[in-house]
Amino acid sequence: MIKNRLKRRYLFEKIFRFMGLSAVVTALAMLAILFLTIISNGYSAFKQTYIRLTVTLDEEVIDPDGARNPDTLSSANYSGIVKKTLRKIFPDVKSRRDKRELYSLVSQGASFQLRDIIMDNPDIIGETVTIWVPADDDIDMLFKGYIKRSTPENERRVSDKKIAWIDVLLNEGAIKKRFNSTFFTSGDSREPELAGIYGALKGSIYTMIVTLLLSFPLGVATAVYLEEFAPVNRFTDIIEVNINNLAAVPSIVFGLLGLTIFLSFFGLPRSAPVVGGLVLTLMTLPTVIIASRAALKSVPPSIREAALGVGASKMQSVLHHVLPLAMPGMLTGTIIGMARALGETAPLLMIGMVAFIVDIPKGFFDPSTVLPVQIYLWADSPERAFLERTSATIIVLLAFLIIMNALAVVLRKKFERRW
Amino acid sequence: MNPNFDDIGETIGAPLLENGSAKINCNDVNVFYDDKHAIRKVSVDIGKNEVTAFIGPSGCGKSTFLRCINRMNDTITSCRVTGEVNIDNINIYNNELDVVLLRARVGMVFQKPNPFPKSIYENVAYGPKIHGLAQNKAELDEIVYTSLEKAGLLEEVKDRINQPGTGLSGGQQQRLCIARAIAVHPEVILMDEPCSALDPIATAKIEELIDELKQNYTIIIVTHSMQQAARVSQRTAFFHLGYLVECDDTKRIFTTPDHKLTQDYITGRYG
Repeated sequence: MIKNRLKRRYLFEKIFRFMGLSAVVTALAMLAILFLTIISNGYSAFKQTYIRLTVTLDEEVIDPDGARNPDTLSSANYSGIVKKTLRKIFPDVKSRRDKRELYSLVSQGASFQLRDIIMDNPDIIGETVTIWVPADDDIDMLFKGYIKRSTPENERRVSDKKIAWIDVLLNEGAIKKRFNSTFFTSGDSREPELAGIYGALKGSIYTMIVTLLLSFPLGVATAVYLEEFAPVNRFTDIIEVNINNLAAVPSIVFGLLGLTIFLSFFGLPRSAPVVGGLVLTLMTLPTVIIASRAALKSVPPSIREAALGVGASKMQSVLHHVLPLAMPGMLTGTIIGMARALGETAPLLMIGMVAFIVDIPKGFFDPSTVLPVQIYLWADSPERAFLERTSATIIVLLAFLIIMNALAVVLRKKFERRW
Repeated sequence: MNPNFDDIGETIGAPLLENGSAKINCNDVNVFYDDKHAIRKVSVDIGKNEVTAFIGPSGCGKSTFLRCINRMNDTITSCRVTGEVNIDNINIYNNELDVVLLRARVGMVFQKPNPFPKSIYENVAYGPKIHGLAQNKAELDEIVYTSLEKAGLLEEVKDRINQPGTGLSGGQQQRLCIARAIAVHPEVILMDEPCSALDPIATAKIEELIDELKQNYTIIIVTHSMQQAARVSQRTAFFHLGYLVECDDTKRIFTTPDHKLTQDYITGRYG
């Protein structure tokens, strides 16, 4: 009788274990699929097609009066020089239409690159230099195989003529893929080959700094007060319920709150990381408080009694004994909150961090965007080249997240080592 | 219910000492947890430089009463204390008294050994540090080593004084807690079932230690072990249901108790 039941009990256990295992496997498989898709879409963005140009820096064009006046230098007709160089490579291109098509082989960024070289070192005017300039995004896509040569010409974004020119360049070794440093060093751009995430990355870092500096001390202090000092009465009950409710408020509501309070009422600058940080602090605080309170609760009361027993004041018992023991748990909570804040888009849209910002932010008050918003912006763009950049940005964001979590684990281990 | 329950009321025996020899005088102490009346009108004297044992069945209020003496009950919000607890003729429940100062004078050792998760040295040094008892490192070292010596622990731990206190055995941890308590030079040490988590050998060591310590300190020990109370204490107080039933010299309590309840309890007929 018992034996029969025992069989059923074991069977039930087996089924349960199998279900648990399959749930874990499914979750891992999904995660693997996600990573595979993102990486396979995004890895190609870390390389970019460049074209080699041998440019004659004609003094006649750049600096006709020879005064090396920075204003003259910066406003010279560099795109003319680039065009001339291209015409020199393909001298038989004559018609206007063909010429225009030829010019569109290289990115518009080529002339800016040329200008920067001259502005950095005006002495090379008159010489002939060899530079690698980014190819247009369509050429890049063709080179990476996203635009297929087998497609009929009328459905292809790159004409047969262009392909012929590219083949000539390829034979000379004048076109190749190189590491895409632009992606990591420049801000947003309408041209995919000139667009980078540096602005968004810096914006994210500034925003996270503000969030961390505000939410961690505030959250820990609130938790310590509520858990250790506050009297238990109706008022603190209401506070507790409200904190728990706040953790469940949709994040965009915090964005609206930030818009009304920080922008309209306090007049803080629009699109600034400081406001983004403040809004994300509001959003992160409940998470930090709840986790910190749980960490404080898990400290055995005997430690508090021991401290009070030797004559420590309440404050000393908390600061010297309870807080250090609760710190690992508090850090974990903070990191969970920060990770959520790092990936947050909606509230930042409300405070204007969704603007198209080319300049790299230099501080907490400069307009900027953040990585998830940059992903959102690029995911909207029609150019094929932005697709891979979107995925590449997600990779960077995930790497950022992993670094942050790893840091938290290291910190936690360090605190835990104090037994 | 015990038929003698109605007899409790007035404490019998000799709860009060002759003038002068009492360190602590408790007068009409009542303790309430919300509506529950946990300690009922207890008046008792605790003699200076002797060991007083509190005995009684579980839930009789002896620990609660012990915690009144260093106001540890303050940490429980629902707890309310009335009456007077005088230490050296000063009521510790008056408003001017600083509770931190009181706890420096009245040390406590708990049921479960609760060393801080720090090194042995820091465990003992913590009290003197926060009270500023040492001017410099040398003085602090002196306090730590003498306290460990007095607690009979120095020989065993002197080679690993910077190792975690939580790595010691249960008995050693409890002696570390005693060392921690005496490091702040208290006048009174309260012990709340200090041996209940220890084996007989460790218990014997602690009892030996209590015997030595009574020369310099006034000690109150709560215990569930009749033998322990008989061995270490000079006076014994028997609690039942919040009443102090009988209090007298230990010898008398264990040989010729006056109250039927006391007799039943110490002979193991009930409890």
